[in-house]
Amino acid sequence: MSDFNREARLLTTPFHSRVAAMCDLNDWGNWMGYTTPNAYFDVELEYFSVRSTTGVFDLSPMNKYRVTGPDAERYLNRLITRDVTKIGVNRVGYAIWCDDNGQVIDDGTIFRLGEEDYRICSYQRADDWLAWNTLGFDVSIENESDAVAGLAVQGPTSCTVLTLLGCTDLNQLKPFGIAHYTFEGRPLMVSRTGFTGDLGYEVWVPPESAEALWDQLFELGRDYLIKPIGSHALELARIEAGFLQAKVDFMPAEEIVRVGRSRSPFELGLSWLVDFSKPLFNGRAALLKEQANGSRYRFAMLDVEGNKPAEHSFILKGDKQVGTVTSAAWCPTAKANIAYAQIEMPHGAVGDELVAEIYYQRELHWTRLLAPCKVIDAPIFKSPKRWQTPAPPH
Amino acid sequence: MTDYDAVIIGAGHNGLVCASYLAKAGKKVLVVDGRSEPGGCASTREFTPGFRVSDCAQWLSQFDQSIIKDLDLKGAGLTTGKAKATISLQADGNHLILEGDSITGAGVDSADQAAYRDFKNMVRRFAKLMTTLYRSRPPKLVEQNWTDRLTLIKLGIGLKLLGREYLRDLMRIVMINIYDVMNEHFSNAALKSAIALDAVTGTNMGPRSPNTVFSYLHRATGEHLGQSGTTQVMGGMGALGRSLAAAAERQGVTVQLGSAVSAIVKTEDRVTGVSLTSGETISATLVISSADPTTTFRDLLGYDQMEAGMAKRVEHYRSRSGTAKLHLALSALPTFNGLSASQLSERLVITPSMDGMETALNPMKYRELSELHTFDISIASVEDPSLAPSGQHVLTAIVHYVPYAPDIGWDAGKPKLLNHLLSQLEAYAPGIGALVTASELVVPSELEASHGMTGGNWHHGELSIDQALMMRPFPGSTQYATAVEGLYLCGAGAHPGGGLQGLPGRNAAKEILRRGVLS
Amino acid sequence: MNQYDAIVIGAGHNGLTNGAYLAKAGLKVAVLERNPYIGGATVSRELHKGWYYSNCSYVSSLLRPEITRDLELPRHGLQVVPFGGGATFMRNGDYFGNYSDHDRHYREIARHSKRDANAYDRYSADTSLQTKLIRPYLLRTPPDPTSLKPRDLRDLLEFARSFMALGEEKLLDTIKFWTASVGDYLNEYFETDVIKAHMAGSGIIGTALGVYSPGTAYVLLHHYMGDVDGNVGAWGFARGGMGAIANSLSKALQSFGGEIICDANVDEIMVRGGRVTGVALKDGTEYRAPIVVSNLDPKRTFLDITNPSDLPKDVLKKARNFKIRGSSGKLNIALDGLPVFNGLDPRSRLMAGDLHFSDSLERQERAYDDWKAGTWSKDPYLDMMIPSLTDPTMAPPGKHMMSVFVQYAPPKIEGREWTDEDKDGFEKSVIDQISNYSPNFRDLILHCETRTPREIEAEVGLTEGNIFMGELTFDQLLFNRPFPGYAQYRGPIKGMYLCSSGTHPGGGVMAAPGANAAREILADLKRPNTVPGGYADD
Repeated sequence: MSDFNREARLLTTPFHSRVAAMCDLNDWGNWMGYTTPNAYFDVELEYFSVRSTTGVFDLSPMNKYRVTGPDAERYLNRLITRDVTKIGVNRVGYAIWCDDNGQVIDDGTIFRLGEEDYRICSYQRADDWLAWNTLGFDVSIENESDAVAGLAVQGPTSCTVLTLLGCTDLNQLKPFGIAHYTFEGRPLMVSRTGFTGDLGYEVWVPPESAEALWDQLFELGRDYLIKPIGSHALELARIEAGFLQAKVDFMPAEEIVRVGRSRSPFELGLSWLVDFSKPLFNGRAALLKEQANGSRYRFAMLDVEGNKPAEHSFILKGDKQVGTVTSAAWCPTAKANIAYAQIEMPHGAVGDELVAEIYYQRELHWTRLLAPCKVIDAPIFKSPKRWQTPAPPH
Repeated sequence: MTDYDAVIIGAGHNGLVCASYLAKAGKKVLVVDGRSEPGGCASTREFTPGFRVSDCAQWLSQFDQSIIKDLDLKGAGLTTGKAKATISLQADGNHLILEGDSITGAGVDSADQAAYRDFKNMVRRFAKLMTTLYRSRPPKLVEQNWTDRLTLIKLGIGLKLLGREYLRDLMRIVMINIYDVMNEHFSNAALKSAIALDAVTGTNMGPRSPNTVFSYLHRATGEHLGQSGTTQVMGGMGALGRSLAAAAERQGVTVQLGSAVSAIVKTEDRVTGVSLTSGETISATLVISSADPTTTFRDLLGYDQMEAGMAKRVEHYRSRSGTAKLHLALSALPTFNGLSASQLSERLVITPSMDGMETALNPMKYRELSELHTFDISIASVEDPSLAPSGQHVLTAIVHYVPYAPDIGWDAGKPKLLNHLLSQLEAYAPGIGALVTASELVVPSELEASHGMTGGNWHHGELSIDQALMMRPFPGSTQYATAVEGLYLCGAGAHPGGGLQGLPGRNAAKEILRRGVLS
Repeated sequence: MNQYDAIVIGAGHNGLTNGAYLAKAGLKVAVLERNPYIGGATVSRELHKGWYYSNCSYVSSLLRPEITRDLELPRHGLQVVPFGGGATFMRNGDYFGNYSDHDRHYREIARHSKRDANAYDRYSADTSLQTKLIRPYLLRTPPDPTSLKPRDLRDLLEFARSFMALGEEKLLDTIKFWTASVGDYLNEYFETDVIKAHMAGSGIIGTALGVYSPGTAYVLLHHYMGDVDGNVGAWGFARGGMGAIANSLSKALQSFGGEIICDANVDEIMVRGGRVTGVALKDGTEYRAPIVVSNLDPKRTFLDITNPSDLPKDVLKKARNFKIRGSSGKLNIALDGLPVFNGLDPRSRLMAGDLHFSDSLERQERAYDDWKAGTWSKDPYLDMMIPSLTDPTMAPPGKHMMSVFVQYAPPKIEGREWTDEDKDGFEKSVIDQISNYSPNFRDLILHCETRTPREIEAEVGLTEGNIFMGELTFDQLLFNRPFPGYAQYRGPIKGMYLCSSGTHPGGGVMAAPGANAAREILADLKRPNTVPGGYADD
């Protein structure tokens, strides 16, 4: 009898009671099988908290895997395309991992917690692939997704708020650095990482600390205008800041049904994450070949004329369809209309002028718009605060 | 510069064949093997003082004639015996004798004989087509180049030449089981099971298992490759190994025995040589492994030295086996009901009915011992007295179905199994038990240890369609070149598989030379 | 007058479909049925007062949506309701639930193994790729690879092209998939026994092979090929039982002017001058038509109702060698209430799905060992449903109807015919197994109809009781079904056609063989085609 409904419903995160209390709109979504708010009170206001004060996003549903053992470093170095030895202890690195064909399986962050101790934080689940990768390595993988609760605390006043929480000298923490603290007798880890392109941190605690952490953050942060943000607001911020998302901007290679729908790092504009100076990693041979022979697609950030988001648009060169949009948004801070697109080679080089075929509906009336757009070379939103150390107070 | 153009892991027949062809083309080749005798599965061992047995393979039937000629193995000392008849022993002593296209005994009538001729005729045609494929590198289907296209065109012409009816038969039967094909062609139970035995030998399948027609055709290529029927090698199978080693050395190959490879050395993106258990490292432009794919990739190269998808493929490569080997030292020539003394030199088989073979197979699937077994017996000392003390004899038998690791363990299991086997033999050869002066039962795990064959599988990996031809050993490492640069395969784990054909070794050498990777 | 343009033998779903399309094209069609009722194996009957049994086929997924729509079957009363989910009960008192919702399903697999739960996504993707490859060919006539006709060459080329487009590695993986055993295939994805066993069931249902037999991965695929309203791989119940499919098809047929004649037991297909002229019934009645379409399985068609002298020798041989093996039986049970199963709340939605008790591949393989030895499985693999939890018309309110498909049951017991004692033993092994997991099950049984291959063959006319009218192994698929050279629905005699599940694409209540055969017949008659093609796959 006890099984009935035991796992019937969507799961909730350790912050759920607090999240629910603040979720005025009662607008919920399903993220990785967890009940998560799309928006708390107003998407645009939530978004602006990230850009001008502090926004808090519950990222507990992220998948976390602990990698430990004598071969942990070698294991990761074969797994990911960048050189993991360059990530020092208490540092974080953004990374992608590919299959043998050089097609991206997922992206994520690698936290180096010790010499032989890492945490992979990924958007997609990776239990199976990580397990297959252990063959031949003295390493153990533990899925600790449920054992670690996380909040993204992002925005200009985030450092100040966290310092008030007891994160001493947090302003000295460099981007991609990790600092360890104690919160109510339990460990609290802060990493200077995030998905918003602004000054920001991610705070990691055991689930038992979650509710108290949320309460104190919002209590201490009140004067610094702290606000919770939902996934819609985060989506705006990440597009503005140039971050890709699995299953939105690329399909995980292992879940591809239709031939040719996977993408290589080069095709996602992530060649900077591929380090051929290390000898062996999954996809190396295929990527070397692709580097020599050329790619099929190019990832392009488009600055689209007008203010109609180019969601789901076709991208044209003259009359020819040369690509499709994967993510698009009107970016409220940059006041720019940005789209990410997959463009067939040889189109889509920086400066290339293309046309987005946009369809939008107003009062049930659909309009087709051919909006000129231009390939830009970097994300439209660049906050110097993101890189400053010591972190500015606001 | 490197020590050698190529270092070949394993002085089994395929390793030596590959080495010889490369050396013949002027390449500097080293063959290393941890065993003290060359030959790998083609080996002779004195299992008890005075009695020498072919302790792994015992018959030669598929060895490619062109290799014997090219390498002048006869000149290097290879002598084979006369072509053997197969005698399928029946409980009532009225044995079934299969010799060439004729069958006699066991109540076969003229209808059976005609059906057998038709069947052999059909099999011969299909096997000929397979031989076309077997003598080439397996073609790629999508990423073809002209070599592949040529093979496919040859195959296509061969298919066309079969004629529509044979082609339709082939399309239908190639994927199915020997059980149905036997029932479609024959009514005589002894005949059905005698043929079915050839379809399951060296596999872990029963006659009802789809794929067994394919494994039967695999053996049937012997008629086109070996052309001399089933024979024994004089001096035991080890003599084949020694002649191959001699031939290789004559071509300038260095054969280094007693030094096992401990690892395949990889430097950056490519394999650069091997290290030996002695600590020595040998550099070479290419490393060519005649070890089975699991040993090669998992044990010698290491999963950490390849991309993970490939490691996954290796891990999924199946090498189960149900084959054990029985060795008996006999104080005198045994008497088999209904057999003359001279017939004892033939190939003697004991099989239950096809359904009985299935029953015998069942326990193996659950790691249990069967009470019923099939035997493929050679009393090699009849034709070759040098193998045993004068007047005494050795009997070897390939036995199915024996689990790799029975739940009761081999300590308890082995005496039990040996008992079963001897009492089953006793039924056909009364008094044989009393003649046994020494016995040895080699189970799959021991074959694995003694001959370095993962799972004890004689084919270096199950020869089922999904692991055969252009899929052997697995996608990404076909056509003898592996996904790891500088590392090639030339053993039975590569196309066209096991059965003492020498073709993987020959084809690998030809492919390597064709590619020009050794300048 | 007994004169028709075309006669279809057998009012099963394929015969009715075939007749409907011929009638739609303006032909005067009669569908002859041996039984006093139509449906063949697609039938529901009130065999216990108030209870309706779909006593042969029991679930629907593969019925081609193109046909349902084209023949307006919903207008003729057909409604297929998905049931979603299922469960395998375990010996340790736990169970593995199969949920149609992805997240819910993930959590359930993860309860047994997180790794397997994650691997399931890869498994789904790879399996979908295979179904996408084959689905476009369901509503098409398979090309003959031995033919040099332009149409065959063109179709063959197209067929080859879709495979070549996969690229070398995926193509080889595809060949692997088509030839591997379901056990080995699942081993490449999963580590947990109960999960493998739950999925492997689809690889053996209706097939005389075990989970370790090569070729069974394809059978799994065959069960995944269907969909209910676009949910690929989903299964559902026809409201009112499977007979609703036959009934709606018969109405469609009649709406085009086709006739159905019951109690018409065909004795022989009449042939004169190398052409069919009609059929003669056992009672002597003759029906004349230049076209005779057999919806009987290939063995019955060629060996029972065709005069051997009218057939080429090779066809007789091929028909004799056609593999159509009885491997399953069925129990239909009227229940006084809902049984309770160990570990599962009876309110759980899983109860409405397919329920099983084989929690390991080894148990499934041992069940097959019994079949090989010529007896029914002592610990059988059951595919059990309680359709009355989805469809209120099947049993009185509060009561339930249970359908238990049983694998394995051999066509003969150790070489001899089934006896009533054997049947009782077979029934007992099934009831015992269910009772092991359900304490109140035995007491709820009001009526039980037990059908061994003997009963299925006698009543429905499926040789050996084989539900697919021929093994679904590669040697009998596509251009090999029923046998090479006769896979394009034409028989060896002018005017003779085949439309049963013994032709491409096989059994499973798809109605595709009937439709495909009609297309060929109309082409031969140079009539406009009335048969829809398959929906383009995305």
